[in-house]
Order: sequence, then structure tokens, then C-alpha cells
Amino acid sequence: MPVAPYLLIVLVPLLPLVGFVVLGLFGRRYLRAFSGLFATGLVFLSTVIALSVAYDYYFISGAGPDSVYHSAKVLNIHWLSFGPDFSIDMDLLVDPISVMMAVIVSLISLMVHIFSLGYMKGEERYATYYAYLSLFTFSMLGLVLSANLLETYIFWELVGCSSYLLIGFYYDRPAAVAAAKKAFIVTRFADLGFLIGILVLSFQAQTLDLRNLIQILGPGGQSLADALLVPGNKGSFLGISALSWGLTLVFIGGAGKSALFPLHIWLPDAMEGPTPVSALIHAATMVVAGVYLVARLYPLYTATPNVAEIILWVGAISAFVPAVIACTQTDIKRILAYSTLSQIGYMMFALGASGFTASLFHLFTHAFFKALLFLCAGVIIHRVHSNEMKDMGGLRRLLPVTHVCFLIACLAIAGIPPFSGFFSKEEILAVAWENNPFIYAIGLVTSGLTAYYMFRLYFSVFWRKTPAHEGLHHGEAPASMKIPLIILAIGAAFAGFIPFSRFITPDGRPGEAPAFGLNVIPPVFIALLGIGIAAWLYGKESNRPEKAAKALRGLYTFAYHKFYIDEIWLFITKKIIFNLIGRPAAWIDRNIVDGFMNGLASATAGVSAATKGVQSGKVQDYAWFFFMGIAGLAILFIYLYT
Amino acid sequence: MTLSLLVILPLLTTIAVLLCRGQYTVRLLSFAGVVMQLILSFVLLALYWKERAAGNTAPMLFVYRHTWFTALNIDYHVGVDGISVAMILLTAFVMVGAVLVSWKITPMGKEFFVLLLILSAGAFGFFISLDLFTLFFFLEVSVIPKFLLIGIWGSGRKEYSAMKLALMLMAGSALVFLGLVILYYAAGGHHFDMMAFAQSHPAAAVQRLVFPLLFTGFGIFTALFPFHTWVPDGHSSAPTAASMFLAGISMKLGGYGCLRTVLMLAPLAAEEYSPYIITLAAIAIVYGAFATMMQRDLKYINAYSSISHCGFILLGIGMGTRTAITGAVMQMVSHGLMTALFFATIGMIYDRTHTRMVEKLGGLLKMMPFIATTFVIAGLCSLGLPGLSGFVAEITVFMGSWQHPGGAYHFATILACASIVITAVYILRATGQVIMGPVKDPHYNGLADATWNERLAGILLVAGIFAIGVAPFWLNDLINK
Repeated sequence: MPVAPYLLIVLVPLLPLVGFVVLGLFGRRYLRAFSGLFATGLVFLSTVIALSVAYDYYFISGAGPDSVYHSAKVLNIHWLSFGPDFSIDMDLLVDPISVMMAVIVSLISLMVHIFSLGYMKGEERYATYYAYLSLFTFSMLGLVLSANLLETYIFWELVGCSSYLLIGFYYDRPAAVAAAKKAFIVTRFADLGFLIGILVLSFQAQTLDLRNLIQILGPGGQSLADALLVPGNKGSFLGISALSWGLTLVFIGGAGKSALFPLHIWLPDAMEGPTPVSALIHAATMVVAGVYLVARLYPLYTATPNVAEIILWVGAISAFVPAVIACTQTDIKRILAYSTLSQIGYMMFALGASGFTASLFHLFTHAFFKALLFLCAGVIIHRVHSNEMKDMGGLRRLLPVTHVCFLIACLAIAGIPPFSGFFSKEEILAVAWENNPFIYAIGLVTSGLTAYYMFRLYFSVFWRKTPAHEGLHHGEAPASMKIPLIILAIGAAFAGFIPFSRFITPDGRPGEAPAFGLNVIPPVFIALLGIGIAAWLYGKESNRPEKAAKALRGLYTFAYHKFYIDEIWLFITKKIIFNLIGRPAAWIDRNIVDGFMNGLASATAGVSAATKGVQSGKVQDYAWFFFMGIAGLAILFIYLYT
Repeated sequence: MTLSLLVILPLLTTIAVLLCRGQYTVRLLSFAGVVMQLILSFVLLALYWKERAAGNTAPMLFVYRHTWFTALNIDYHVGVDGISVAMILLTAFVMVGAVLVSWKITPMGKEFFVLLLILSAGAFGFFISLDLFTLFFFLEVSVIPKFLLIGIWGSGRKEYSAMKLALMLMAGSALVFLGLVILYYAAGGHHFDMMAFAQSHPAAAVQRLVFPLLFTGFGIFTALFPFHTWVPDGHSSAPTAASMFLAGISMKLGGYGCLRTVLMLAPLAAEEYSPYIITLAAIAIVYGAFATMMQRDLKYINAYSSISHCGFILLGIGMGTRTAITGAVMQMVSHGLMTALFFATIGMIYDRTHTRMVEKLGGLLKMMPFIATTFVIAGLCSLGLPGLSGFVAEITVFMGSWQHPGGAYHFATILACASIVITAVYILRATGQVIMGPVKDPHYNGLADATWNERLAGILLVAGIFAIGVAPFWLNDLINK
């Protein structure tokens, strides 16, 4: 297995890191106007290298003589050791999934870098913006290429940090600061699970190297794996086996980052960040990290059916609930955010239903159409200076390119053939059907809802009414913003034709492309129905939407307020944790613990004050003590000896 | 290498500062002294590595021994292992930072620097001592000047805080001294030689007797629950440099003392008492973190968070696995650098805005980007962001703690892990209000960013944090080999 060719992949994350360091240190002072081009150039190089490595890997050298894709480790830096034979190395893993992810991340990042050249032009902290964007790209690429679980965790946290910095980029807006904080803390809470999961798994396996971990703990591995799977055996707790615990905890980490129900509350708020950032981080790349993590450890999850079951249901609920909420929202970015939540739910339940290839295929196509949707939203917001749907309408003549691109993306996400989303969603539904008809039904209904809310958005933005600001004709957008749209639109339209299962399978063995038969009819029919309803309600200016909302009043308000999940969390944190734990802890510390210490001090002082009179220096006092002492002793002796 | 140089150099600097006149000369001399000390520490590191690479496996290197007080068998006995070298480096780093941020201290600049330098001499002496009596002597040297530093240059309820700090630390010293005296007489040797104790441990009964005394005594220095209450008051009243020394170095004297007690003097008793240590450490970690969440004063926030972070040191020591102890030492170094940086930036903010209350500050990123950035870096280090030193130290403690097979010990580890979420809450709350958000007071708009000396201090400490966070292997190997 030749390793040398892939050494180049080291540059893929390294170049954005160079961008971050240079722009972070010198950008603000010396590189101001060039910082955008500088960072974009580096990411461009990264992308080219990623593509060339991918070509090399998939088509030339990656598959062995048995045409199975092998994995290779690149780089080997001793980093930290946790004992004599347990050390953590910094190395990169080259295998079908990591290469695919590296291509997506660098490509989408490049598009966003280019788009931002126009979108962020004139921004005061232009250099800082690109520095953060480079930091994110570095961390995300490191995350997908990392070869051991602790390294994954390291980049996982770095990704979270860059997301924090970018959401809070407009730091003088309190809403942005609050959203950044919320995103970090909610994901941190989930990462606690990830961390403890790492402790559990590493303790049992004495390694964190992904390949070794799978080999040691995976099915058909060694006796250790069988031993760990049995509840009541080594390391088990509450009747659940150690392996199940470890994997569930790791999944919780993934659920936080991927904003699965009920940890999804941070993602809609994260839309306070600049729109290109939302496209990159909160749609195409970072939020699918959880899916990636589960896919990484897929062989282990298949060995623990109880955990797979959890993933299946959490995924299904996460697909359905946000889709309902999305139907009622009015902020364009929030609708897209809820739609992201719902699509990630699809990817997750596909993994739970043993649909490894389907899930990653959807991740792949989703990256294109969701990034495209967000970038289109960026153009629209740039033009209308509002996020609210009611301020838009009839924009199709004003923004013709955006209109076509947005339409392609909507058709893709709605699952209309032959656009990319159709293929991946179809595979997921096929898997669900085989696994659990009830989950299939949820997927089907969600697919109809998806089509409805996406086209509700499409019609409200581009049709519905004639725009008030028709007269202002500035041209659509600079080329730097239009080119990424067109490239992504091509991807969103045609990515579905890639024979994905030939490259990405759980065991590296090329699989058969699934054949589509009559089973495509229900989802496509439901999607068309959704589009039809949206067109009827929002195609023209009318009072139909209000009537519909009134008819479904209870459900509508419930969904409009996002099922009050935010309020529940707020209650838990603000009321319970702050008032019942934080405040008492601070009070006890000042008044009881410290009070005791102070009491000790004042007691000492009191004793000394009470006794210091003894040494008065007055002779008559001493004579008195002397006399009393003699008298006392005399009484004592008399008592004792008579 | 003559280790005594590490003590002699600060003392010589002190004398030179005492003899010279003029604020400017005082500053330059102090600065030159601490920089030379830093260089000396790096030379020590290089020489230490060279010796180890050459295959020298003696437990202590560069040993020097000279009889001090024959009648009581007290020697001046010094030597270093990897742990001491790490602590010496930390002290040298923090001292340069402390001198730089006190550049324009008034009144009585000369006296201030003199006291600060004496403190550092005490700390260096402490970390190289192999004789328990000299160790204790240097411990005292690094307590008493703190009383004056807080009492004279402090702020707020400074007399109260100075008194509280001095009394509680003195109580700790008294316990330590009692323990040492018992060791001296009961262990049968009539000597204070730490290495001799390490080779032939005292009898189990003696260990059981001295361990609580020594551990609690040193523990008070490192904010052992419930003897931590001097920390918030002491830190918040102290002038910036004294806070940096106090949190960065002084609390580590205690950690180092606990570590030596556990490893060398009473390992048997340490194992027996470990459930108590771990319980107290876990309480300190979680309870300290929750108490931090409610603080409104930046210095109180950092002081309470120090209680929580020093809990990791005690947790690692209490767990006693090799990895956990390595993690504890890493945490000492990491927390020392981080907290010094935190106090330095808080001092810079206070110098400009004349407030430390979180709700009165806001939007500092706009007019003081440098100070704000270092504040954020210190905060991110505190909440354990990978790439910064806090993460590697904490993860090593966690990994090491989990290696302890006991089930209840796992529970303590989980509690300790949970603090990373609470830490994130209070750090981000403070950052969100102080650094980000709209500018609270129009007066803040005209404020200037850091001056050259403040920048240098910040860069130095940040460099240390990154050096451990990005490439932890050198520190890990230093402690382990």
C-alpha cells in the first residue's frame, strides 16, 4: 500500500491553518484588502489538492487488487501519552469516507470564501472574518481526516470554537452574542457525553486509533468485544454493556453538533452569524459532523443494536419535528435552519436503519443544495436588507440567476427527479421501508412537509407580489457572488447521478447501485402535493395563508412557538440550575464555609480578648491571682488528703 | 549546573534594586533580573534534557548538599526532577509577566519590586529543595511578603483580605510543620531528608499520622475544599502582580507539596486516604464552578474558577495513577500560566475602566482589541479548548483518573468532566458581557489598548499556553522521564 502519494493530503488542512495564523496575526494591520483573496487562494489550493488526492484514491491507487478500498495513515506525530503503551498520535486517515468529506468541505468552503469576497466587502473586520473562516476550514478538515477519536474530539472542539467566533462575528449585537454563547454551551453539554464516551471506550480498548478501535471492539473481533457486549460483564453499568454506554455517549456528542432533537435549539439562533457562514458551517459541513462521527464508528454501532435503535428514533423525530416548525416560520434563514435540522434527521435515521451509503449520499447532495439555498438567501438579504419573508416577493425579475439557482435547490431538497436530492432521499426511504415501516411513514410525511415549506418560501420570495423596489436597479450581485451559486447549482442538479455506492460502503467493497422501481411513486407524489399546496397558498397575494393558519390554530401556534422547547430549556437552565444550584453554592460559600472560617478567627480573637486582661501589669492583680491560687491549691490538697 | 543560582539570582536582584535609586532604574533592574532568571530556567531545561538523553536515570539531578545546622541534621540539599523543572519554568514565566504588568506601580515602586522578587526567590527555593526543613523555610519566605503586598498595594477590603490570607496560609504552614516534626522524630531517622524518606518510607502508622497534616497543610495553599475561602478575597484585593503570583505560583506550591507528600513521604497513607481526597477534589471542582457562575466581579470569577481548576490538581494526585499525576502536574503549569494571563488582563481592564464589575463593562473588543483577545484566549484556555494548555492538562487528568479501576472513582471523574460545561457557561457569560456586546459606557470609547510592556507580558504568557497546548509531548515527557 503506497502511502507516499497521499502525503499531499496533509496540505489540505494545513493551508487554511496558514491562512488563519497569517491573517490572525497580521491581517488587520497589513493585509486588510488582500486578506480575502489570500485566504481564498489558500483554500483554492486546498481544494485542488483534495480533488487530486480523491482522484488518485478512488480511481487509481486506493483499491487493492480485490477492488476493495483500503485505508492508509498519513503522518505520525507522537502527541501525548496516557501510559506506557497508550499514546495519542496526530495522524491523518485516508479512506473512502474521509476523502469524500475532505472534498466536500474544501469545495463548499471555497465557494463560501469566493461568495464572501462580494458579500463581506467593506466590512470593517474583513480580515478577521477571513481569519475565522480559515480557522473553521482547518478545523473541519482536521476533523474529517483525523485518525483517532481524541484527535476527532480536538478538532470537534475547535470547530465549535470557530463556529462560536463566527456566529458572534457581529459582536456588538446582543442577539449575536447570545446566539454564539448558546451554540457553544449546548454543544459543549453534548460534548461532555462525547468526552465520557471516549473515556469509556479507551479504558476498555486501550487505544483510540479508529481502525484499532473498530478492530478490537467491532463484531467478530476479539473476545474482548464479545465480553464487553454482555450486560453485567466487565465495565457494564445499570445492566447496559460498556460498549453500549460508550457508543451512546459518543452519539450524544454527535447529536449536539448535528443539532438533533432535543439539542437542536442552538441552530436556528445561530443564524445570527453572517449568511455565508450559515451556508458553510450551519448547513453543509459542521452540522453533519455528528452524522460523520456515527458513520466513522459504524461497525461498532451495528454491533450494538440497542444503540442503533436509539439513533433511528432520535433521527426520525429530528426529521419530523423541525419540518413542522419550518412550515410556520417567517424568517428566511430560520426556515432554512429548520430544514437543515430535518435533513440531518434523515441522515441520522438512515444510519440507524443500516443505511450507511444512503446516509452519506444524502450528506453529500445536501451539502450542495443546502449551501446553495443559504448563499441564495445571502443574495436576497443583501438586496432586500431584511430576513423577513413579508419584505420579499416578486424578486424573480430582479434576481434572475438567484431565482433559477434557488428553484433548482428547492426541487433538489423536495426530492423531485432528476435533481440530486431525489436519489439520496429515495435511497434513505428504501432503507427505512426495509427496516421499519413506521419510520418510512415518518420519512414520507416529512418529505411532503419539506416540499411544502420550501416552496412556500420559494413562492413568497420570488412570486406572490410585484416588488415595491422595482425601480432600484443595481444589477443582481457581483460576479464573485454569482459564480459560486452557479457552481453549486450544477452540483445540486447533477450530483445525484454519481454512482455513490461504488465508492462509499461500510466495508470498502464497491456495492450495487440501488434500482428504482415503483417505490419512487409515493414520495414524488407527496412532494408534488406539497408543492401544489404551497403554490395554491402563496403563489399569489391572498388571504389563504391566514385562513389556513386560523383553521389549524392550536397546532399552528404550537409549531410557531417551536413547541416551546426553547422555553423548557430556559426553564431548566435559568430557573433550576441557576437558582437551585448556582445561587445556593455561591451563598453557602460566602456565608457558611467562609462564615465558619471567619467564625474561627473571631472566636480566637474573642478568647484572646477575654484572656488578655490577665496580663495587666498591675501588682495588686498578680497578688490577688497568687493568693487565690494558693487558696485553691490548699483546698484541693485538703480535699484530696483528708 | 549549580541550582542555587536560581535562588541567588533573585536575591542579588533584590539587593541591587534596594541599593539603586530612581523609578526607572528599579524597573529596568527588576526586569533584567527576571529575564535572566527565565534564561536560566531554559538553560536548566536544556541541561536537564541533555542529562536525561545521556542516560542519567538518577531520581534527582544536579544535586548539591551542604550541612546547614548539624545539631538537628538540617542540610541545604537541592536537586531537580522533571516536575521541579516544569514548576521552575512556570515560575520564571509568571515572574516576567508580573514585573511587566507592574511597570508603573505607585506608590513605593521599589518596595513593591523588592517584595515581589523575594517571593520569587522563595518559590524557586521551594521547588529545588530536597530537605524538608529548607522546603518549609522557602515556603514561609513566599508567604509573608504577600501580606504586605496585599495590605499596601491592594484594593477593596485589603486589610481584611491580607489578614485572612496570611492567617489561613499560616495555619496551613503550621500543619505542615507539625507533620514535618512528627516525621523527624517518629520516622526514626532524626532527619529531614526527603530522598531518604522516599527510599525507605516511614512506618505505616507514622504515615497515617502525618499524611492528613501535610496534605491539609499544603492543600490550604492549593484551595482544598473547605479551606479555600482565602482565595476569592485574597486574589480580588491583591494588586495585579500579586494576584498573578498568588494564583500562578503560590497555589502551585501547595500542589507541589501535596504531590511530594503523596509520592515520597506517605504513599501508603495516600492510597488509604484517597477516597477523601477525591471527594474533596470533586466537590471543589463542581462547587467552585457553580459558585463562579454567580460572581459579578472579574477577579472573583477568576478566583473561584481557580478553586475549581485546582481541584483537578488534587483529583489527579488523589487518583494516584501515573497518568493522573502527570496530568496534575500539567494542570499546575497550565493553570499557572492561564490564571496569570487572566489576572494580567483583568488588571489592564481595571486600570483603564476603573471597574471590574461585569455588568458595567461591555464591548471592550472595539477599543482594546489586544487586551480583549488575550482575555478571550485565557478564557478559552480555562474552558479547555484544544490547542491551548488547559485541554491537554485536563484530558490527561481525566484519562488518568478513569484508569483507576474503582467504580466510585469513575463517578468522581464524571463529575469532574461535567465541570467543563459549567466552565463554558461562566467564561462565555463573562466574555459575552465584557468583551462583546455594545459599548456600555461612552467614556470607554477613548480608552487605549495595551502598552508595550503589557503586550509583552500578554504575548509571553500566551506563547507559553500555546507551547503546551499545541505540542504537549515535551511537557509530558519532561514530567514522565
